[in-house]
Amino acid sequence: MRLPPTNGSETSTWGRAIMTEPVLNLKGVVAGYGDTTVLHGLDLTVAQGERLAIIGRNGVGKTTLLATVMGLTRLHSGTICTNGQDVSGLAAHRRVSAGLGLVPQTRDIFPSLSVEENLIAGLREDARLEEAYELFPRLADRRTNGGGQLSGGEQQMLAIARTLLGRPSLLMLDEPLEGLAPVICDMLMETFERIAADGKHTVLLVEQHTELALEFAERVVILDAGEIVEDANTEELRRDPTRIERHVGVGMGAT
Amino acid sequence: MTRLMRIPFAVEALLIALLVIAFFAFPYNLAFVTRILIMVLFVLSIDLVLGFAGIATLGQAALYGTGAYAAGLFAVHVTAAPLPGLLIGMVAGAALAFLSGLVLLRTKGLTLIMLTIAVAQICQEVANKARDVTGGADGLRGIRMEPVLGLFEFDFIGITAYWYVAIVVFIVFLALKRLAAAPLGLSLRGIHESPERMLAIGAPVYRRQVLAYTLGGGIAGIAGALAAQVTQLVSLEVYSFTLSAEALIMLILGGTGRLWGAIVGVVLFMTVHHVAASADPYNWLFFIGFMVLGVVFFLPGGMIRLPQALLRLGRQR
Repeated sequence: MRLPPTNGSETSTWGRAIMTEPVLNLKGVVAGYGDTTVLHGLDLTVAQGERLAIIGRNGVGKTTLLATVMGLTRLHSGTICTNGQDVSGLAAHRRVSAGLGLVPQTRDIFPSLSVEENLIAGLREDARLEEAYELFPRLADRRTNGGGQLSGGEQQMLAIARTLLGRPSLLMLDEPLEGLAPVICDMLMETFERIAADGKHTVLLVEQHTELALEFAERVVILDAGEIVEDANTEELRRDPTRIERHVGVGMGAT
Repeated sequence: MTRLMRIPFAVEALLIALLVIAFFAFPYNLAFVTRILIMVLFVLSIDLVLGFAGIATLGQAALYGTGAYAAGLFAVHVTAAPLPGLLIGMVAGAALAFLSGLVLLRTKGLTLIMLTIAVAQICQEVANKARDVTGGADGLRGIRMEPVLGLFEFDFIGITAYWYVAIVVFIVFLALKRLAAAPLGLSLRGIHESPERMLAIGAPVYRRQVLAYTLGGGIAGIAGALAAQVTQLVSLEVYSFTLSAEALIMLILGGTGRLWGAIVGVVLFMTVHHVAASADPYNWLFFIGFMVLGVVFFLPGGMIRLPQALLRLGRQR
């Protein structure tokens, strides 16, 4: 039996395509808060090692989508699978074991714990603190500082490091660059590149800065009013910017 | 305090020094100092549950009282050796905490507080009605403890009782100190700050809370067992709301979430009680009330933060 490659990339071989399940597979996902529906039936497949960005205006459901995948928002209907395992009915902490990791927009550092204590609080048996310090040497210098004393950039590093210690195969970043100085943004973007390139992580970036998102991702999904309105590879979208502008409302296309 | 922590065994040495000093400083008040130590243990159990895990409780006496009755009944009916009784008290407190915790910890906030009070009230009523077993309102009598380890007889002055209690408190304190720095302890503090976030980074929040509540129950049970063995009496008062509430006030006075806070708070509260109540037996609670107000307004972290606050004040001048 012949199977199509998981995505258009040249690196995927037939063997890998058969062996590897998509790291994330959403089918007909409907979710929201209380009676309000925010997501109206999303289908999305993310292949292993893919670099995906999700963009869209404020309030179109980007954060809700990540919260739903993570199990922090109630799923009304549809299924969520990760690495072939159906996690739709699982509590959030079981989804972490299944390979999902979320760095929330609010970062949610514990201000009364030190940097090291913040990391240890979420430590799993097989993870090593040193991995976090290797990725972010800045955190090693700030080990004993309180979480509340960190700058915005350092808090973001800590939030990312803490999530990585849960050994996610899919790392979801919710607007990680929001409100940070350009220097820090560049540094973090570089880190995302390194994480995406290490062969162990698939990175899903939700971003308001369309330009930064396009720079990072090989595939871009655009959300509008709780639906996927574009799903294309980055080059394709760059050739036809109106497809982005129509839904994201930046540049000349904005009305 | 944090600088002190970095010297190896500084905490252990300081504790031992305090215990030895207390022993020689109050030769005629050993019974009172022993009561303070038992209270420290009880308040430490609340610190673990409330200060670390953030589980709001006003019914810790349920676990203390159950430990006391279990140890008392064990001494009367099975064996009067102190250490097995201590173990029984711990198991009884932990078992009740585990079973009630499975239900309680499904709730939050005010509901949780009311339910913890309800558990203590139910226990008290059960102990009251079961006269044949517990002695009801007359209390459980006839506890005659054997020597500790068969060697140290409980004496009239209370020297054995003091050291027996002191060593147990010392061991539990060190165990809690280790727990506080371990991943479990830190994840409890994380749960205290944001249960949602802890779930999202992979911690089974409900199970950890039940575990913390059970551990707290075990420690409260030990405290209750010690009280039963040392005073050789268990009364319905062990389940009283006042006990839970006063212990909570002691913890707030000293500082929640810090082990030393439990010690400072208990010593302060009980000393003020002792001194003020002999000066003015009717209005001594006024002093406590003003102290609590002062702490809440000026030292939200508790008296344990007083040196730091004074230092900061000094630097501002």
